[in-house]
Amino acid sequence: MSYYFTILSPTDTPIFNIAFGTSKGGGDGIARFRFPDTAQYMNQFIIHSSLDIVEEAQWTNGGMYLKHVDTYPPAAAYISAFLTPSGARFLLLHQPPQLPSSGSTSTLGASSLLGAAGSTTRASSSSVAANPTSPQTEEAVRQFMNEVYESYVKTAMSPFYKQGMEIRSPVFRSKITAAGKKWL
Amino acid sequence: MAAPPRHVSMLSISNSNTGAPQSASSDKPQTPQPSPSPQPTSGLRVPSNRKTIYDRHLNRSRNAELSRASFAYLFAEMVTYAQRRVTGIQDLEKRLNEQGYPLGLRLLDLLFYRSTSTSSSALSSSSTSSSPPNRPLRILPLLHLIHGPLWRLLFQRSADALEHSVSPDTPNEYMITDNDPLVNTYISVPREMNMLNCAAFIAGIIEGVCDGCGFEAKVSAHNQPTEMWPSRTVFLLRFGDSVMEREKVLERNGVK
Repeated sequence: MSYYFTILSPTDTPIFNIAFGTSKGGGDGIARFRFPDTAQYMNQFIIHSSLDIVEEAQWTNGGMYLKHVDTYPPAAAYISAFLTPSGARFLLLHQPPQLPSSGSTSTLGASSLLGAAGSTTRASSSSVAANPTSPQTEEAVRQFMNEVYESYVKTAMSPFYKQGMEIRSPVFRSKITAAGKKWL
Repeated sequence: MAAPPRHVSMLSISNSNTGAPQSASSDKPQTPQPSPSPQPTSGLRVPSNRKTIYDRHLNRSRNAELSRASFAYLFAEMVTYAQRRVTGIQDLEKRLNEQGYPLGLRLLDLLFYRSTSTSSSALSSSSTSSSPPNRPLRILPLLHLIHGPLWRLLFQRSADALEHSVSPDTPNEYMITDNDPLVNTYISVPREMNMLNCAAFIAGIIEGVCDGCGFEAKVSAHNQPTEMWPSRTVFLLRFGDSVMEREKVLERNGVK
């Protein structure tokens, strides 16, 4: 599973983005999208094209986490959204690995060494990776979003941060990376 | 109102485009490489106790109270600062309003963060942690949010009244009343400026909260003294047309 996460200000300015891969089930945390490395902008296109749907869902659902809002079938990309009350949008694009069968066998091989204790965690984590719309995935993404939200609020509370400014802090970036490792 | 113009966002898109391939390839975790920012290459300066703002808990100061004297002093300085460069009372109130506005945006996030974190810690084991307080979609929940939780966060008590304009010409006007606003407690306004109400600062906070939630509004503070409450202040909220239109659509769709 590969992820592309972006934060948009209320006026649609991208203020933070990061690409990472899953760390569950033997993942190494490196994003492998189906686009070639030269076409990384495709992720941005797909994410931004979901904004219309987010803005529609925004006024029918009062929750902050809007769950999975959009799908882009040609790339098998799924987009989950989280809205902060002050109007910033957190968007997460996730793309399951291309060959789920070979992916799961390799996980199996890796964790069979760990024995029975490892097998339960593998079951839950591989379902997160393989099935982007399952309740477990939604829950994992929700936890991830909540953790990002905490860091975002801390950023926003800084007197030197104005709404809509790009978030450059390497500490913020490492916090997001850690949250991604923990939940996704 | 203070929204950055569109061309700003265009600019930063082009910025992130030029930086995209580079940052995408360097996204391996734990390389705190400062992105193309005009910083000295030594990178991040961490406070001596190694605690950045991200390591501090947001609820730490939750029940801590601020000294009233220092608040009064700071606020008096803010008013003086605003007054030094203005031409009239309206201008002064506008400046106070602008000082409050960014605070409103921040308080909104903090308010939701604190209420979600308490609700999830109180009900940690149960699955109801997925129901944090909802974002207000209609005007009334928004007003209740301001009247109750926001006022309690700021002043440790609710506001004193919440009213809708009775005039049929102005259905977009709402009023929140505070009998004794904290900011005016230590301020006596000179006679020749008797229209001035320094609670314009609070009005700015309210405006920030409304705007943040997506309810475009103009908020102003007005003196309405009574015999019992000489510094009674009414905050008048005027919502924009777009908000009223959306309100009608949402009402038809049965959104609460």
